[in-house]
Amino acid sequence: MNRENNKIIEVKNLTKKFNGLTAVNNISFSVKKGEIFAFLGPNGAGKTTTIKMLTTLLKPTSGKLFLNNFDVSKEKDEVRKSFGIVFQDPSLDDELTAYENLEFHGILYNVEAKLRKERIEQLLKFVGLWDRKDDLVKKYSGGMKRRLEIARGLVHHPKILFLDEPTLGLDPQTRKNIWDYIVKLNKEEQMTIFFTTHYIGEAERVADIVAVIDHGKILKQETPAKLKKETKTRTLEDAFLKLTGKQIREEEASSMDTLRMGRRMWRR
Amino acid sequence: MLKVIYILWLRQLKRYVRSKARMISSLGQPLLFLFAMWFGFGPIFQKAGGGNYLEFLVPGIIAMSVLFTAMFMGMEVIWDRQFGFLKETLVAPVSRLTIMIGRTLGGATVAVAQGIIIFLITLLVGFRLDNLWMLPLAFLFMFLLSVLFTAFGTAIASVMEDMHAFPIIMNFLIMPMFFLSGALFPLDGLPKSIATITYFNPVSYGVDGLRASLTMTTHFGITLDLIFLTGSIALIFAIGAYLFSKIQV
Repeated sequence: MNRENNKIIEVKNLTKKFNGLTAVNNISFSVKKGEIFAFLGPNGAGKTTTIKMLTTLLKPTSGKLFLNNFDVSKEKDEVRKSFGIVFQDPSLDDELTAYENLEFHGILYNVEAKLRKERIEQLLKFVGLWDRKDDLVKKYSGGMKRRLEIARGLVHHPKILFLDEPTLGLDPQTRKNIWDYIVKLNKEEQMTIFFTTHYIGEAERVADIVAVIDHGKILKQETPAKLKKETKTRTLEDAFLKLTGKQIREEEASSMDTLRMGRRMWRR
Repeated sequence: MLKVIYILWLRQLKRYVRSKARMISSLGQPLLFLFAMWFGFGPIFQKAGGGNYLEFLVPGIIAMSVLFTAMFMGMEVIWDRQFGFLKETLVAPVSRLTIMIGRTLGGATVAVAQGIIIFLITLLVGFRLDNLWMLPLAFLFMFLLSVLFTAFGTAIASVMEDMHAFPIIMNFLIMPMFFLSGALFPLDGLPKSIATITYFNPVSYGVDGLRASLTMTTHFGITLDLIFLTGSIALIFAIGAYLFSKIQV
């Protein structure tokens, strides 16, 4: 068997520049099929930009990307069939109900009607929103929206699941439940998981491989155990801090963020 | 693919039906124009030998309501981008063309619905149809105008980062197109330069088509109206689909 086929995500010399600012600087890495891969880095390190390029939302400035052996810049539709994603920022339709949001997703991903119904019910029950399934999403709290987004990302069972800070703002109970579910999917369906998080403990618990990125460069890519050993630290969090330093980062707000904030203020 | 188009269409409809405030406010503007123009210019129009102004005005007002609603529906892409929902559709394994078709049909359906509501209101205030059998043709013109401007709105929204340019588009592009379409004043006897502009304005053909089917008076003729509108749709839709396919989030 071709060794290449084992790599479900492959990134070669990927670079992304925004008006002179280099967000991702010539990175290369690969993820094996069935792996749980944690992509860690401080704010503004280039994590989300990399995910956006992997998921066809952004065009790289240079470099090659392969997902499930398809070229991301050329075979977009094939690539899109291969993955699911839970975004970092909200991406629900506020004017639809929770159920409608999931149904919309299921149809978009061509999940057959009976299975779709079953999965939506199962997932909404799982994230504790079944009783509120017919409420408009705009009436939901932040945590409920987050849970709904995760449920939506799981309606179709993709080969690769991208999770961009999926558990941000959720309580420890919910976080644990969600990770248990994701690990189960990973084991049962050989689903490859690619995620980012600021809860380094989560990565330490579930990840097979951890990549640490900072200033658009990958610093290390190892198993959590090896990473701790190499940096001579006791927890992954300490290892992370040792690699990336203790300086606090600033993220530049895009015009879209400012706008969103303005909109929020306008609505209150 | 049909299922996807259907669910995108349904989404636009649900959003429209659920936001009553938006529905009412977008009926307000055409009604304001209807009554202001009718009461203000009606008597003068009659004295000048133009006949019943209400009969002249109503197709223009219906076109106005369709035009503005369609434009808004098309430009909803910006809102979706702002609230992040656009990403959800853009990463799905569905071609951008399919998404564009679904959105456009949904937006167009809403615009036609607004046009029909305005039409019903004008019936209440005394507008009378010349020939009931021509009504389906009127709906067809409303639909063509809707598709054209939903696609146009989508095309513009695809290259806009945020809402700041929105008033500029409405005031300096859509308003002039509306005023130079013969919706409020007859196109006969215009200065040559202005007349030339109206010939290249697709809204003129939408208004004329509506006027032809509702009141049996026409400036260009129904055939030319249909040809010009479908031609414009083909062109604008192709441009819109291209720009929409280039969106990066």
